[in-house]
Amino acid sequence: MTDGMARVETCDLAVIGTGPAGMAAAVAAAELGLSVVAVDEQSVPGGQIYRNVLASPVAARLGPDYGHGAALAAAFDAAEGISRRYGTTVWTLSADGEIGLRGERGDIVLLRAKAVILATGALERPMPFPGWTLPGVMTAGSAQILLKSAAVVPADGVVLTGSGPLLYLVAAQLLDIGVRPGAIVETTPGANYRAAARHWRGAAHGAATLLKGLKLIARLRVARVPMVSGATGLSAEAGADGAVARLKYHCGGRERSVACSLLLVHQGVVPNVQISRSLDLPHDWDAAQRCWRPRLGEWGDTALPGIFVAGDGGGIGGALAAEEQGRLAALAAACRLGRIDEQERNRRADAPRRALAHHLAVRPFLDALYRPGDDAVVPADEVVVCRCEEVTAGEIRRCVVDGCVGPNQVKSFIRSGMGPCQGRMCGLTVSEIIAAARGMPVADVGYYRLRQPLKPITLGELAQLEEVAQ
Amino acid sequence: MENDSRFRRLPQASDQTVTLSVEGRPVATRAGDSVAAALLAAGIITTRTTPVSGAPRSPFCLMGVCFDCLMEIDGVPNRQACMTPVRDGMTVALQHGAAAVSEETK
Repeated sequence: MTDGMARVETCDLAVIGTGPAGMAAAVAAAELGLSVVAVDEQSVPGGQIYRNVLASPVAARLGPDYGHGAALAAAFDAAEGISRRYGTTVWTLSADGEIGLRGERGDIVLLRAKAVILATGALERPMPFPGWTLPGVMTAGSAQILLKSAAVVPADGVVLTGSGPLLYLVAAQLLDIGVRPGAIVETTPGANYRAAARHWRGAAHGAATLLKGLKLIARLRVARVPMVSGATGLSAEAGADGAVARLKYHCGGRERSVACSLLLVHQGVVPNVQISRSLDLPHDWDAAQRCWRPRLGEWGDTALPGIFVAGDGGGIGGALAAEEQGRLAALAAACRLGRIDEQERNRRADAPRRALAHHLAVRPFLDALYRPGDDAVVPADEVVVCRCEEVTAGEIRRCVVDGCVGPNQVKSFIRSGMGPCQGRMCGLTVSEIIAAARGMPVADVGYYRLRQPLKPITLGELAQLEEVAQ
Repeated sequence: MENDSRFRRLPQASDQTVTLSVEGRPVATRAGDSVAAALLAAGIITTRTTPVSGAPRSPFCLMGVCFDCLMEIDGVPNRQACMTPVRDGMTVALQHGAAAVSEETK
């Protein structure tokens, strides 16, 4: 119980999220003279990709890309004109830029911003298969977070499964640090290699990125980490203690299995659209990346004046692209607030735009290569889809047979998406299942209508607003 | 609930120790850890049981989006263990099923 009362504060620009997009946006905006409040749930800047980058006990062992993040974070940390609020949750945000913040000690602040840049980044794509809810099944990203933030690593024998660059990156980072993975069971569909080959021109522009990936895989091969590709039909089984003990899969026409007490799963990352969805902004289905992205203009501008999206939250482009998008959104915000005119905005946008085009050139290749197959995103009937309310794919399909046409009806009928994660872990899967069952495009099926609060707060915290309202 | 072979801690600069009380037992950990990281490093994999079937769950995403690490921390239920930094003397309890509304949150 907090006896305090909410404070009201104002600023020119609020930046939500201090990953690469948010840090770059805040620095650029502050340089143009805007008063900036930058907010992050974590206690340090960096987002997930540069998690704990200024203080990680293992920074030196994570490679030059992580080091690049340290330079950006140091500039952000040192910049004048930015109020940095860590350990702070955004639980509400209105179309006119009023933001409800909850500090680490439950203190509530109403921040009134003239412009807002949403830089909430990505989350790992849901990967529903039998047993994915067992204790000891975690995401590959979570293992990387443990490594960067706490220097805690899996024991030897950890098994990684799924698809995407992060799977190899995590495996290679663990190997470098002295952990021996038991196996990497890769699920990238074989047809993706041909589909990706069509994008060779972009791939050539991103040769450095691809070379990094190939080197990771080569390192794992040299170390003789067992690697399986083209696996399908994943299922995780529990041991006597109720936690994961085994991963089963099909490969080469046979059923195989590998023992593990920790299973790391991953099949790419998708935009975190919780805030943009809760504002009812228009979103489009990105068929290449199999995810939703908010509809954005060339500055990251949205349908709401003064609200911008930068970075992976607007579509997956990676950390370096996110940084440039952050700079562009900051220029647009400064122009909107009259700090610079359009000519100045456009002049300053030249370098970030060129860098952005360079960083995005490789995306069509990567998107085609690591696009999850149907069986990876549309699970069998017995699989739990909504982890919070434990709703299975079969129950969702029965709802469709009973006449549910979209995710919001399914949510009302059987509570999928109604638990504490508010659809973060099931939303994409539910839309895909309904689309497949009805034989129509996901774009026409739509997504959950998301409502605020964006994160749970206590009634005591909410009550701090009473004085403000009067 | 425990299997100390899943994770290990690398030798690192910070060795400032913090002690939590987890289900009434002391768990030593490092300053700067999240509660979830502290439990995993200590070999505690299960953070809650689900409200629907009572199935055990462990932390899944560690970045605040999956809500599978909801625990009762310092008497307040429904706290995300992965988003809560450890503090010396903090009490942590597994959350069984749906959280009751406690005096602290009323």
